[in-house]
Amino acid sequence: MDVSTWLPVAWFAIIGFGVLMYVVLDGFVLGIGVLAPFARDEAEVDLMMNTAAPIWDGNETWLVLGGAGLFAAFPKAYALLLSSLYLPVLLMVMALVFRGVAFEFRFKAQRSRRLWTVAFAAGSVLAAFAQGVMLGALVQGLPLAEGRAHPGAWAWFGPFPMLTGVAVVVGYALLGSTWIVLKTEGNTQQFARAFARPLAMAVLAFMGLVSAWLPSLQSRVMERWFADGAFWWLSPVPLLAVAAGIGLWQSIGARRSDLRPFLLALALFVLGFIGLVIGMWPYLVPPVYTIWEAAAPRSSQMFTLVGLVVLLPLILGYTVWSYRVFRGKVAAGQGYHH
Amino acid sequence: MDALLLSRIQFGFVITFHVLFPAFTIGLASWLAFLEWRWLRTHLLVWKELYFFWQKLFAVSFGMGVVSGIVMAFQIGANWPGLSQVAGSIIGPLLSYEVLTAFFLEASFLGVMMFGWGRISERLHFLSTCMVALGTLFSTFWILASNSWLHTPAGYEMVKGIIEPRDWTQVIFNPSFPYRLVHMTLASFITTCFVVGGVSAWYLHRGQHRDAALRMFKLAIAFAAITVPLQIIAGDLHGLNTLKHQPVKIAALEAHWHDDAAGEGMPLVLFALPDAAAERNRYEVAVPRLGSVVLTHSLEGRIEPLTAVPAADRPPVLPVFFAFRIMVGLGVAMLLLAWVSAFAWWRGKLLQWRWLIRAWRWMLPAGFIALVSGWFVTEIGRQPWVIHGVLRTADAVGGQSTAMTAFSLAVYVAGYAFVFGWGIWYLAKIVRHGPRPTTDGPDMDGGERTPARPLSGADEPIDGGA
Repeated sequence: MDVSTWLPVAWFAIIGFGVLMYVVLDGFVLGIGVLAPFARDEAEVDLMMNTAAPIWDGNETWLVLGGAGLFAAFPKAYALLLSSLYLPVLLMVMALVFRGVAFEFRFKAQRSRRLWTVAFAAGSVLAAFAQGVMLGALVQGLPLAEGRAHPGAWAWFGPFPMLTGVAVVVGYALLGSTWIVLKTEGNTQQFARAFARPLAMAVLAFMGLVSAWLPSLQSRVMERWFADGAFWWLSPVPLLAVAAGIGLWQSIGARRSDLRPFLLALALFVLGFIGLVIGMWPYLVPPVYTIWEAAAPRSSQMFTLVGLVVLLPLILGYTVWSYRVFRGKVAAGQGYHH
Repeated sequence: MDALLLSRIQFGFVITFHVLFPAFTIGLASWLAFLEWRWLRTHLLVWKELYFFWQKLFAVSFGMGVVSGIVMAFQIGANWPGLSQVAGSIIGPLLSYEVLTAFFLEASFLGVMMFGWGRISERLHFLSTCMVALGTLFSTFWILASNSWLHTPAGYEMVKGIIEPRDWTQVIFNPSFPYRLVHMTLASFITTCFVVGGVSAWYLHRGQHRDAALRMFKLAIAFAAITVPLQIIAGDLHGLNTLKHQPVKIAALEAHWHDDAAGEGMPLVLFALPDAAAERNRYEVAVPRLGSVVLTHSLEGRIEPLTAVPAADRPPVLPVFFAFRIMVGLGVAMLLLAWVSAFAWWRGKLLQWRWLIRAWRWMLPAGFIALVSGWFVTEIGRQPWVIHGVLRTADAVGGQSTAMTAFSLAVYVAGYAFVFGWGIWYLAKIVRHGPRPTTDGPDMDGGERTPARPLSGADEPIDGGA
């Protein structure tokens, strides 16, 4: 296999990994924001945010890395994706700015604390929704006009991206609630547990709905799944997802382990991601660009890969280390300075 | 107003807001390293107090820079898909290296610098501060390599309408890069220097933190007296480099429309209202031959006038002309202030000449304004090209409608005004509180379990009383 064959594959794997890291890591932090409006008081919001305060913006950096990586390795896909999803991108970026600033300023605020809670919650919900819409629009097939991005601001709009938008909000809320179960005790943990079960059910329903919708999409992303007999050897993915769903349902009720619901919720996300990637392969932007068609010149991909290979292990190591430092339960009134 | 112009305004607005924070933090990081070095050498408490004071300002502006940087990572693709397609192979890798550098920096030494005081030896802590300073310079390196390449592209080949890098050394060290890097780094340092000088003058004016303020004041004067003249020389060299590679930009910033008669040399226009339609200046005030002296270092030298190229290849003259005069004017004002202050210091009159202190207070934002004006000169002066001589800005912009672009611009303006309005207000609040006696780093009542993110470094409440 020559360089120009495997290099784009390697980059596809790296960016896929970055996006997955972003989705599961920032996913639970955004989920905390989705749940924040349901908290009983500001002290409970404090506690919920404290569980993520030390690590949240490291999580967000995976997004910037994913964006820059896509720009460097697949500039055509980067250009087409971002320009045809102009409105959702604008929404996501501004929502993330508000969420990020609210996260820090809320802890420094006295009188305006409520204002920053609202900014935090609204920013989280909108960012999650926008990400879901972008995912849905990509899977459905980006709107094109004469091979270029469609100039219409709403050309991406449709029932499927709306569905995936809501699905991602609910999915992040599930991640957030199981994270809070893991990181807190007492009333707040109970609050999160009470939410986790219906959320788990909703997520499974959304996964079923999206899967049922996929074969009818123009972008033919699901052809591989139903091409002769493929479904049988790919069937472990949906079967595992169902098993993870049942396990999640039980573990939330069983109260034996606080860690298990979170891990099973993560497993659901990973399996969903794998299912989508199998369907999209070898397309990066279905059905326009395969990963080889969208690839930057070899020298660009190689040059950037060198830096990434050196620094990615360090970044991963740091991520693991910072989660280790802040492991364990967070109690009320502890952690963040006021 | 069309979508192209609105897209340009939006990009200009977002990047102008963004650049204020990194420009300040680049200088601040080195200033922090200096303060900590003084503390290690003398163990005078005042240096430590100053270190922690400026560290808080560093923390907040670094955080603001990161947040506004997220927008930048998506803006190029969303608004300039043509540029991304054609030159993503060059800009993408360079910006990726910047992201990796910043990510690595934040992941390692920044946390130690912000939250490691008292947990590691002072020398190791000092090393972390130095590495943070070095890291910000590395970020500058990658950003300016990428920006310079758009002005003076090199080391590439055009293959089927897509740029393919051929030689990365030539790509990075493209002809204008060394000049731009020096000019921009000095600009960051001077910006920070005038903030330090302005803040200390404000304390001196109010009679607060006298010892600390006087030390900072003298350091700012000494630094400015040496660095501002160096910056003027660097700017001159950068201008000559631009004359070689982008002569039209120089003609625009001098509002030089037509060739002068042979042997008369080129005048230096001090003031005018350039009129692009009539291809001439109104109300012009000019010094004969001085333009030749500045630009060609001779009495009769000539440069290519604006009319040497078709109107479609000229940048908008008016903003470039005025932005250049604002930058140079402020540069001269900064030089005068620094030298007069140095003279007053030498004569022992530094605190007697009250108007000097007032001048430093007024000049606090001078660096920011000069730096942004300089960016306007070089970036508007690059028009109508986004990649000089290779890709026109009009071919780089996406297909968004005018209404959509106007809407997104409005969203950015409103959002930034709110978010960064609070941020800047908070910075001002930290300055009002001033350095505190015997602090040992940020308030860390949770011990090991407190957050270690940049913005958490400041502990003043954002609203209400102290």
